[in-house]
Amino acid sequence: MRKILVGIKRVVDYNVRIRVKPDNSGVVLDGVKMSVNPFDEIALEEALRIRERGEAEEIVAVSIGPDDAQQQLRTALAMGADRAILVKHDGMLEPLTVAKTLMAIVSREQPELVILGKQAIDDDNSQATQMLSALWDRPQVTCASKVEIKGNTLSVVREVDAGLETLEVDLPAVISADLRLNEPRYVKLPDIMKAKKKPLDVVEFASLNVATPGQLTATHYEPPKARAKGVMVKDVAELISALKNKGLV
Amino acid sequence: MYSYQAPRRDMQFVIHEVLGCAQALAKMGRSEVDHDTINAIMEEGAKFAEGVLSPLNAEGDQTPAYWDNGVVRVPDSFKTAHQQFCSGGWSGIGADPQYGGQGLPIQARVATDEMFVSAAMAWRMCTGLTDGAMQTLISHGSAEQIQGTVPHLVSGVWTGTMCLTEPHSGTDLGLMRTRAAVDTQSPGQYRISGTKIYISWGEHELSENIVHLVLAKLPDSPAGTRGISLFLVPKKIDGQANGVRCLSVEHKMGIHGSPTCVMQFDEAKATLIGQVNGGLACMFTMMNHARLGVGLQGLGLSERAWQAASQYARDRLQGRSMTQAALPGTSADPIIVHPDVRRMLLTLRSLTEGSRLLLYYVYQLQDRELSGDSAPESTRAGEWVAFLVPIVKAFLTDSAMETTSLAIQVHGGAGFIRATGVEQYLRDAKITAIYEGTNGIQALDLVGRKLAANGGRILQSLLLELGQVLQAPCPPSLQPLATRLAELLQEWQALSVHLLQAAATNPDELGAAGADYLAFCGYTLLAWSWLRAGLVAEAALQSGQEPEFYAGKVAVARFYAQRLLPRTLAHAAAVRAGAASMMDPAGLAG
Ligand SMILES: Cc1cc2nc3c(=O)[nH]c(=O)nc-3n(C[C@H](O)[C@H](O)[C@H](O)COP(=O)(O)OP(=O)(O)OC[C@H]3O[C@@H](n4cnc5c(N)ncnc54)[C@H](O)[C@@H]3O)c2cc1C
Repeated sequence: MRKILVGIKRVVDYNVRIRVKPDNSGVVLDGVKMSVNPFDEIALEEALRIRERGEAEEIVAVSIGPDDAQQQLRTALAMGADRAILVKHDGMLEPLTVAKTLMAIVSREQPELVILGKQAIDDDNSQATQMLSALWDRPQVTCASKVEIKGNTLSVVREVDAGLETLEVDLPAVISADLRLNEPRYVKLPDIMKAKKKPLDVVEFASLNVATPGQLTATHYEPPKARAKGVMVKDVAELISALKNKGLV
Repeated sequence: MYSYQAPRRDMQFVIHEVLGCAQALAKMGRSEVDHDTINAIMEEGAKFAEGVLSPLNAEGDQTPAYWDNGVVRVPDSFKTAHQQFCSGGWSGIGADPQYGGQGLPIQARVATDEMFVSAAMAWRMCTGLTDGAMQTLISHGSAEQIQGTVPHLVSGVWTGTMCLTEPHSGTDLGLMRTRAAVDTQSPGQYRISGTKIYISWGEHELSENIVHLVLAKLPDSPAGTRGISLFLVPKKIDGQANGVRCLSVEHKMGIHGSPTCVMQFDEAKATLIGQVNGGLACMFTMMNHARLGVGLQGLGLSERAWQAASQYARDRLQGRSMTQAALPGTSADPIIVHPDVRRMLLTLRSLTEGSRLLLYYVYQLQDRELSGDSAPESTRAGEWVAFLVPIVKAFLTDSAMETTSLAIQVHGGAGFIRATGVEQYLRDAKITAIYEGTNGIQALDLVGRKLAANGGRILQSLLLELGQVLQAPCPPSLQPLATRLAELLQEWQALSVHLLQAAATNPDELGAAGADYLAFCGYTLLAWSWLRAGLVAEAALQSGQEPEFYAGKVAVARFYAQRLLPRTLAHAAAVRAGAASMMDPAGLAG
């Protein structure tokens, strides 16, 4: 394989307790720690392992986001990506815009494999992989927990409710990484310095001529309701009646 | 059990906003180490400290290092972490690229250094001592010694120790008995015989080889410290065992994960480092480094104490606020509402973050000192570092004794229980006030050597520098702190003159005043640090960013001024009271 494209999204770090702005216009980002979306780290780790096995030549990390997302791309370069592309875009991004933008990059770069995270931990949309597959007209496998390359096909194990499912797809294809696919490596100190010298192209979103569907508008944000305290029930009968009272069974 | 969370935001505040490290480095011609690079190093170091090192802290405490028939055992995880640390390039972070290191200036690595110590102090001592050995070799070793060892120390395949202490020779190194003799068989070589005690990481299996830097006496050398030479003694030479054995490993109060070894040298093959009888001079080079490193341990432990206490105080529900219930409709409020708990938490916080402000500043000065140019600022920075080292070492470790004790107190009974994990911090902290020169010796170094050096001019120039912060316009919130600082800088001057005059007629006055004088300096330096931090925070508040973070800084600066600075009055009064009452034989007769 010549090239793997990996999506890298800048998100609020998973350790941060998210707070909604007092005017409900969004979440507080001021001074908040931002990181690479954890599933994207897993996606990149998988690409690195494929390359280290000699089954791919180049890894390109791509992010769509504000100028500051260069920091996350530098992290990706320090982990081992060969080069990076930032599509500069400020403000809200809806899944179809993300997919179309990725499609524009795919057309330019012509990768044989695209690996994305199964979802971004900020919006939790989990749609980019599927939409990109449709736009690209190439096979998809979501929620991968094991990836094997067999010549021109890809054998992917995915976690489904019933257990594990194995799919084989032809390359080029797009897959999304699940939690148990691998454990991302720690960055080596010398690689942080090397990453500074790797190419990072900044592309203006407007220059890609992606039609923005504008199907979604965020009206307001609010924190989830605090969980109500649990109640102890005596026996199964009481449990059933409690569930019935709540209209749950 | 609390896991370690690297205080990234506070470290960034100190490094970027208060000290402007990236700009300072650019001025030193290191513009490649820019703001984002410093943050990237910090972030990857934090992941390593939190993910790999943090679990080792309690494990090492509960599974102490032990002696097993000549072999020293530590938990397996220590070895795995050592390998990961070294292959990640962290062991060579400061070392010159010609030896395989990254050559990063101190300002770019101080945060990760703190994280590694804070996450797993006992484990970190092994690579910390190796750093010290590496620096001593680079400064004083022969080309052959450097080429033959330093690259292995950088890669972590070898580690290093410092062997000074003997049963009858601790503080007073002049009493040392370990002997060196010229090796009659191999010219230019020596043989070492004797017993060293309390040698940290003297023997272990983390690395393939260990190089011991050993102080010993050559025949016919002058008595006392002028007759001590420094030797390089490898555990193995070309894979063959040298005459070095570990006789036992101590059972001790804290840092259980760090093997504290009795080391026996029997005609061990050695080479001389530096000049004959120049051993102590060689040691002095690394002393600043090592003593600041112990100050860093104090800070690292204070940070753990603060993290645990602030978390617990928000979760533990006991009693009601006297003014307004924080959790109406429940049976109790979190203990953070109680004034006395807040006293403890704010004492913890102001000492911890104040220690960070001060220590990182001294490290910035050290970068300047080591920059290699001959600019007057570099020379001056070196003089200030020398003056500040004993203060930082003793004040930050004494503070750690207070913070780790307070953290237990905030936890109540739970703090005393081993499973909570907080009492370990106190047990680990005690040694920091003892090794690398006890805190009493630091105080003597300050009043006996540093204060009088260069006719007292070092303190003069330092006081001028500290006074600069008072030139800036001061918002009302920080006015009380600024006013107190102005008074304290004057008092510092007056106190020093008083002390030197008293000592001119009675040398015991220095020793009698040392600890209190040092504490006075420490609290005053923290006042200066907090004023700097407060001014930065007030300016940021004007621009409306992160109001909670910056308002917190201003509030802690105010607490420090009003509730901790009064301690300076007591210390100054004790200094002025003089030696008479303590040197009266009646007080300790019999
Ligand atoms: C866990 C641990 C690890 C250690 N690691 C190492 C190591 O790796 N390498 C190494 O070489 N050593 C190591 N040491 C030794 C350590 O540096 C010494 O214990 C320390 O320097 C004090 O020496 P001492 O124990 O002999 O105390 P002493 O010198 O006997 O001091 C006892 C007390 O007297 C005071 N005192 C002594 N002389 C004076 C004086 N002139 N004026 C005023 N007060 C004085 C001291 O301050 C102290 O309070 C370690 C010790 C421990 C416990």
